[in-house]
Amino acid sequence: MDAVKGKVWRFGDHVDTDQIIPAERLVSENLDKMDEFIFEKVRPELAGNIEKGDIIVAGKNFGCGSSREHAPRSLLQAGVSCVVAESFARIFFRNSLNVGLLLVECPVEAEDGDELEVRPEEGKVLNLSSGAVNGFPQYPEFVSELISAGGLMQLIKEGRF
Amino acid sequence: MSRGKTIAEKILSAKSGVDAYAGQIVNAEVDYVMVNDVTGPIAFREFEELGMEPVRERMVLIPDHYVPNKDVASAEQAKEMREFARRWGIGNYFEVGRSGVCHQLMVDEGFAAPGRLIVGADSHTCTYGGLGAFSTGVGSTEAAAVFATGRLWFKVPESIRVVLSGGFRPGVGGKDLVIRIITDIGVDGATYKAFEFAGDGIAQVPVSDRLTIANMAIEAGGKAGIFPCDSLTEEYIADTVKGDYQSYEADDGAEYCLTLHYDLGEIEPMVAFPHLPENGRPVKDADVSIDQAWLGSCTNGRIEDLRIAAEVVKGRSVHPDVRFIVVPASPRVYRQAMQEGLLETFMESGAYVSGPTCGACLGGHMGILAAGERCIASTNRNFIGRMGHKDSEVYLAGPGVVAASAVAGRIVTPEDLEAV
Repeated sequence: MDAVKGKVWRFGDHVDTDQIIPAERLVSENLDKMDEFIFEKVRPELAGNIEKGDIIVAGKNFGCGSSREHAPRSLLQAGVSCVVAESFARIFFRNSLNVGLLLVECPVEAEDGDELEVRPEEGKVLNLSSGAVNGFPQYPEFVSELISAGGLMQLIKEGRF
Repeated sequence: MSRGKTIAEKILSAKSGVDAYAGQIVNAEVDYVMVNDVTGPIAFREFEELGMEPVRERMVLIPDHYVPNKDVASAEQAKEMREFARRWGIGNYFEVGRSGVCHQLMVDEGFAAPGRLIVGADSHTCTYGGLGAFSTGVGSTEAAAVFATGRLWFKVPESIRVVLSGGFRPGVGGKDLVIRIITDIGVDGATYKAFEFAGDGIAQVPVSDRLTIANMAIEAGGKAGIFPCDSLTEEYIADTVKGDYQSYEADDGAEYCLTLHYDLGEIEPMVAFPHLPENGRPVKDADVSIDQAWLGSCTNGRIEDLRIAAEVVKGRSVHPDVRFIVVPASPRVYRQAMQEGLLETFMESGAYVSGPTCGACLGGHMGILAAGERCIASTNRNFIGRMGHKDSEVYLAGPGVVAASAVAGRIVTPEDLEAV
């Protein structure tokens, strides 16, 4: 998996999926434009200013709450290349594997606007602005296989699940 | 002799055919997979890309979030589900009028039962643990995978054992206990783990309260919240359960990552302050005026909850500055409430009674909040903007506190009303 590099949007603990995309936006007619609504209730300036490749850095329990797969899908649509968090909520984690959003579980020090590089193969997060480097462990074998396949549907299509 | 097992380990072993313990990843047969009108459309698209036959009889399609259709966009979305059900001949599709909050309908229609493995594209699918099932929320794509294969992968969770003793004092129930637990361990205190309830206090917890407690396992990050099946469970599902079921109990030598003890007699009426369910405080410490009281949802929209609330408002009036909105969770609950005269009691008090829907619980419709408004709700989440405007506030409590607060105009217990 290739390394990704981007500007940091910093969040705290327990960012719930209602914050990522509010329930009232979860209708089929929005499925191709969910990026317009991300974080609209908590950081309304974000959707208009996020750039392709940007990275979200958060604390504990990112993606808690609802099972809405719209949450990782909307972040992908907005161009988010990776979410780096101290920990992830379970359903958000599984959903991200299936839609192809890169997640890295690792506490890092970073501020809004810092330049971050994530090297999945090496298990490293580099804060290019501060010079700090953090390591993260590899995923279990099955999860890595799921990620490299591009999600569960791909495994089924290939007759591997 | 092999190591003892938790209920979660037993169910996932039985469904996968593997002698499984916490930490292992297993591929298991799913008894039922449920989607709703919000999560269904993505699942339908993903499924149809596969070009495979669905496991029809194990699929359950329940429109509940934005029905009856709240606007054109939700009407189009509900239509997608209806057409998918017709196209693929899915018998377990529940049209408006026969539908309700999905988790209550899964219980009412007998899909949820002890020992079953059930997944749903809705985070509160963990509710059926109240009956002894292993049930958990998944995403739309995973639901689609189950439509096609009948199976899903699971990491067998470690379990947190919650030992209950004694019995609730009058006016205290499952909601108060679960807010207490979440407040104690935090909203990520059970992430990737299952709760398993134990102890002689369980016999004192009505099944409707067990469903409330299991429902909010996810609010501590939990994958499941499982009660052992007992005679109360069997009685509760006797008239409704579809097919056979096999219940499981934990072995003596089962291993737990954490054990918690609660004396039910020491639990007080609780309220969770904005904006996380872990912000629980005893109601007696709350000094909060409210604009709306909302009774319903998969957490506390059952007949038992409506009875508690009706008893509180009977002969009293809703506070002039408060909207009290009552939403029975399913047609079965609604009909029962009508037959028992509860709906009349609510209306006499000045409440608005709605038909079954998830409604405003997730900020859909039927009671959305304006900027600055506060709502006491029998629901499960008080996140920022959950029931409407980003500057509104949601306080979570049980049915008695919701009803008493509707009368008082501020957050109080039914006991406080007596004292006035």
